[in-house]
Amino acid sequence: MSVTKVELAELVYEHMKVDKRRAAELVDMFFEELKAGLVKDGEIQISGFGKFVIKQKKERKGRNPQTNQPLTISKRKVATFHHSQVLKERLNNKK
Amino acid sequence: MNKSTLINVLAEKADLSKRNAEQFVNLMIDAMIGAMIQEDRIEIRGFGSFVIRHYGSYEGRNPKTGQKIRIGEKRLPFFKAGKDLLTRINN
Repeated sequence: MSVTKVELAELVYEHMKVDKRRAAELVDMFFEELKAGLVKDGEIQISGFGKFVIKQKKERKGRNPQTNQPLTISKRKVATFHHSQVLKERLNNKK
Repeated sequence: MNKSTLINVLAEKADLSKRNAEQFVNLMIDAMIGAMIQEDRIEIRGFGSFVIRHYGSYEGRNPKTGQKIRIGEKRLPFFKAGKDLLTRINN
């Protein structure tokens, strides 16, 4: 099973006193502000969950795995996630 | 940005009380952690997706003492950034 914005909005509708349209709007805003914060600060730390960090990757040589053709992978930024220690424990202690 | 700044931003932009904004942010994070515990994939279009990856046990070393230690198996979330997020951090 997969969790998407639809399931999250359903949860907001059940737990907060809002209608379904507002619930969907809030979920959209949540991820929109996460993105905006990440773009603006380069980092978002959510205690008990983890940290999103933007990293700069250098240009490097690679090749097309299908054609074997060498090519240059341009320098670019990527977004990474580092789990917090608390999240790691919650995912592993119950086993 | 951290959790409390996110709560403040949402309170202002979504016109929520501080208390409701905090409840809302906690609800979102708890829901995502709950999904991870159940090993459900989380897929948020434009933002990214989380999947749980399993790692087998292996023999490691304490980097300070050099002593051999057994690292047990574990499961951890892996995040893959979505297209819109990548576009926005690169433009």
